[in-house]
Amino acid sequence: MSAALSAHWATFATIFFSMILVNNYVLVQFLGICPFLGVSKKADSSVGMGLAVIFVMVLATAVTFPIQIFLLDQYDMMYMQTIIFILVIAVLVQLIEIILKRYIPALYRSLGVYLPLITTNCCVLGVTILAVQDYSADVATFGFGIAFAEALICAAGAGVGFLVAMLLFCGVRQRVECANPPESFKGLPITLVAAAITSMSFMGFGGLVENIISAIS
Amino acid sequence: MAEKQSKWKVLTNGIIRENPVLRLVLGCCSVLAVTTTVQGAMGMGFAMTFVLIASNVAISAMRKIIPAKVHLPCYIVIIATFVTVVQMVLNAYMPDLYKTLGVYLALIVVNCIILGRAEMFACKNTVVDSALDGVGMGIGYILTMLLMSSIREIIGNGSWMGFQIIPDSIDRMTVMNQDPGGFFIFGVLMALCVWIEKKTNHPIKRGMGGQDFAAATTADADNGKGGAEE
Repeated sequence: MSAALSAHWATFATIFFSMILVNNYVLVQFLGICPFLGVSKKADSSVGMGLAVIFVMVLATAVTFPIQIFLLDQYDMMYMQTIIFILVIAVLVQLIEIILKRYIPALYRSLGVYLPLITTNCCVLGVTILAVQDYSADVATFGFGIAFAEALICAAGAGVGFLVAMLLFCGVRQRVECANPPESFKGLPITLVAAAITSMSFMGFGGLVENIISAIS
Repeated sequence: MAEKQSKWKVLTNGIIRENPVLRLVLGCCSVLAVTTTVQGAMGMGFAMTFVLIASNVAISAMRKIIPAKVHLPCYIVIIATFVTVVQMVLNAYMPDLYKTLGVYLALIVVNCIILGRAEMFACKNTVVDSALDGVGMGIGYILTMLLMSSIREIIGNGSWMGFQIIPDSIDRMTVMNQDPGGFFIFGVLMALCVWIEKKTNHPIKRGMGGQDFAAATTADADNGKGGAEE
């Protein structure tokens, strides 16, 4: 198993870093725009939201990926995917909330407020569906262990990418607040234009990760 | 408030006065993602409208029997059912469109417009009013998508609905068809909307990315949790 894992490290690294930079969920794939615009006003709330999203994304993928492979694919029930995934996420978020409140109250106080918002956050449902789409074929070629690891790394990368985008944009936004745009652009419109420029900077990462990893290995 | 409104007002409400995208700022993800071509945007608009009408009708028909404590999970299951219907139909009859929309079709489930209308309108009003509200909101959504995708396709690709409009000798602004263009055009359209509001003296305060709705949902979830623990 460990030999198989070490043979796949380059793939894992490529997945992780390209999820952060090249396929950034917020700025490139437009998932989770609402929290991105809503919560990115202050640095501490963006960090809190980002950490909560990473946490829920990894857990949700860890639960939904086996469900897809061993239940839905096995019994030919692909069409139930959307319903089952959203229910699993909703239950999971509630469960995490109850467990955190009971056993780790310190963490609950910092992340708790963001958890209910995550149920209806499209990036969580998006990452579970995309992970299944991209990596369920690997079950046949590399076995379930490797495919599952790939899906989890993809989820973690997507979450970290969300956090990075939130933090970067939070900095941009504090500058935008001080600026004096035309009357009609005040508030949300100028924020969206600023997001466009931030997104443009992420376009520069295209093809970067694959080249670096292949150069190293 | 609902009893006072005429049917016509309910229907036209979503088109301008409470336009879901430009005035309520709900469901921006799909608006930004699928407006690169007019055809994709229209497909998304009609899929969205169908789910909106169907879930509004179903939720308002069942509004008296859904327990208040578990209303959000119930709504999500109802919406997910209709989304699955749309997915299966598109996959069977329009596989190209199904591929273009990709994951965003499944993400209609978590689109704030639908859950927002369920929460704000369908759970308090009759079936007919809710259906009309769904139609109005759907038209508002489709018109916004049409406007935005037309701008992006014409500037970015030089064509509209696949027909070439701008001659090849003029360079395309490809960036409009890519991710930054989505944010940029959306911001400019919203600024235009604010400007028109100022001219006509009907300014409104916009929540940041559905923040008010999110806050309302949080309060609801907290109440539900408090109830469950008692």
